[in-house]
Amino acid sequence: MRSIKGLIEDLLSIPEERSTPERYRIVGRNIAILMLTTTLVPLALMTAINYYEYKAALRNEIQAPMKTLVNKAKHSFELFLAGRLSTVNFIASAYTFEELADEKNLNRIFRVLKKEFEGFVDIGLIDSKGTQISYAGPYELQGKDYADQAWFEQVRVNGVYISDVFKGYRKFPHLAIAVQHISTDGREWIVRATINTAKLDDLIASMGLDSESDAFVINRQGVFQTKSKFYGDVLDKCPVTIPTRSFEPTVIERVDPLGRDIFLGYVYFNQNDFIFAFIKHKSDVLKVWYTLRADLLIVFVIGLTVIILGVLKLTSIMMKRMKESDDRRTMALREVEHSHKLSSIGRLAAGVAHEVNNPLAVINEKAGLMQDVIQYNPDFPDRERFLNLVKAIIQSVERCRTITHRLLGFARRMDVEVQLLDVNEVLRETLGFLEKEALYRNVKLDLDLLKNLPQIKSDRGQLQQVFLNILNNAMFAIGDGGTIAISSFERDSEMIGVTIKDTGHGMSEETLKHVFEPFFTTKKSGQGTGLGLSITYGIVKRLGGDIEVQSKPGIGTFFTVYLPKQTPAQSGV
Amino acid sequence: MKEFKVLMVDDEEEFVRTLDERMQMRNVDTSVALSGEEAMKKLEEDPPDVLLVDLKMPGMDGKEVLKRAREAYPGVQVVMLTGHGSEADEAEARRLGVFEYLRKPIPIDQLMRTLKAAYKKKLEQAMVAASFAEEGDFESARDIMKQGQPKK
Repeated sequence: MRSIKGLIEDLLSIPEERSTPERYRIVGRNIAILMLTTTLVPLALMTAINYYEYKAALRNEIQAPMKTLVNKAKHSFELFLAGRLSTVNFIASAYTFEELADEKNLNRIFRVLKKEFEGFVDIGLIDSKGTQISYAGPYELQGKDYADQAWFEQVRVNGVYISDVFKGYRKFPHLAIAVQHISTDGREWIVRATINTAKLDDLIASMGLDSESDAFVINRQGVFQTKSKFYGDVLDKCPVTIPTRSFEPTVIERVDPLGRDIFLGYVYFNQNDFIFAFIKHKSDVLKVWYTLRADLLIVFVIGLTVIILGVLKLTSIMMKRMKESDDRRTMALREVEHSHKLSSIGRLAAGVAHEVNNPLAVINEKAGLMQDVIQYNPDFPDRERFLNLVKAIIQSVERCRTITHRLLGFARRMDVEVQLLDVNEVLRETLGFLEKEALYRNVKLDLDLLKNLPQIKSDRGQLQQVFLNILNNAMFAIGDGGTIAISSFERDSEMIGVTIKDTGHGMSEETLKHVFEPFFTTKKSGQGTGLGLSITYGIVKRLGGDIEVQSKPGIGTFFTVYLPKQTPAQSGV
Repeated sequence: MKEFKVLMVDDEEEFVRTLDERMQMRNVDTSVALSGEEAMKKLEEDPPDVLLVDLKMPGMDGKEVLKRAREAYPGVQVVMLTGHGSEADEAEARRLGVFEYLRKPIPIDQLMRTLKAAYKKKLEQAMVAASFAEEGDFESARDIMKQGQPKK
């Protein structure tokens, strides 16, 4: 029990520690196993139950009529024998010894007998010493002595005797019925008649058996009393052994000497030593069952295939979905992490900028005062030199100021001024700032703007800054000569996109990773603050859009800016 | 004769003293306050034409000074000069009626231009207000001093 529980727990657990592809494989396999078990076990059970139920039902359906038939046959045989017996009994009782001893009389009785009852072969009178007194029939048996024969003893003890079937000198199968009569004056005589057992065969034939069935009578020693269709003629030994005595009709399953599966129905006769047997071949009667079994099997196999295929397909779909959703989650996490990083860098930068501004202002004023003092005093020694020095200080302060103000701009949360605008127009306008420089530096500006680009709700000034920052970087990257290709397109019902592609020097993967971080720059010190793209990133995010960049060193850089058609109410970095 | 009078309020003494000296050289009548509280006192004693005030100060901060000055001395124009200050601070200062919002460090010329503009505005307002006052419309005169234009 515990091990099964453990196994199920094993199957249900997701191995987090494993490497990802293996994990999906294990989870998929476990789910498949569980689903297959929960579906196939009931299916197999159902099939098995059906199999056995149907089998039992069918067997019963076959056996019940067999029993009836066996019982009926037994009754007709018994009736037949009882009828002949009582006839012989009647003759023995109704006539006196003398009357029966008279051959003429006996012949007359025999004639009536043959006329009224089929099958009688002969009839004779035997006295108590076993001597045949008189005889009517086709043979010469007058005076024959039966005293030392077994049947004679039996009839003297029991009063009646019915023999097994035998051939004797009559050369055809028959049986003998003997009845002892004791008259009121104490004389004993025996009337013995023989009956042709062809009549018994007729009885069996009248049962109307089909060609594959066999019915016959045997005695307790297993000798055929009637002829069998398959197993032998009268008086042959029956190869099929009949089991224990049963006066109730019984049906059992056997394999016959010919190797065929059979149903054997049999019953023992009450009055004498005969057994009636009825044999049906299984292959024949079970045709229906075999068809049914085949159908069951087909249904089971089809069910099995469908379930297995279904489960495998379902599992693979589930695994794919799971993987996709995991991937999406990982991506989202990475994005959140990224923007979180940028926003905390932004806050830090803003804090630093604020703190730096005050001492910067002091430097600015001190240097300014020095400048003032020198300027107002024409006799100041080394006037020009000091003025230049102070000028340099003030210029450096100016540079610092630019940096801190831009830093604050990066961190700034400002209200977005939303208006309905045409991005193509904003692009053209922005490019206007660069046209002169492009011309001068022999840079080709390639515009491919979507004609019916839908207008979007966004902030014109901020968009200009976004495009300008990217374009400035592109201009810087390509140096003199080269192409900047700008295109706009509609991504879907919610977003439009702008691509800016340059043929510049491109970026390494390492650079690409940090490209949106503040202060990250590949330009020589003094040429850039490293804030342009981080500000761009912040603005695009604030406008509810997204920005992507691809780059290959030596080939160029490819920026894609996605912008929503409707700017979300409030957002910020 | 100095051109106009400026009261400078900043807790950064090195800064404000130096600036004070430079303004004097530029013929501006200046005085210095190192806190909001001191500024309020000086405003009462000797109202300037323009009030130059820092935003972040211990005690009474620049915004408070601005608010009180606009309330009590509507004729005095207020310029804010700060190293801190976000967009939100600027927006609030403008709502409270600041003449201009400047960020430190600032070139002296730009500062001078702003202060002169503020002084000019003060003069204009005073003249308009005076014309209303001459006609006896003191209410409008007061509104002009406060909001730059009459209510009606």
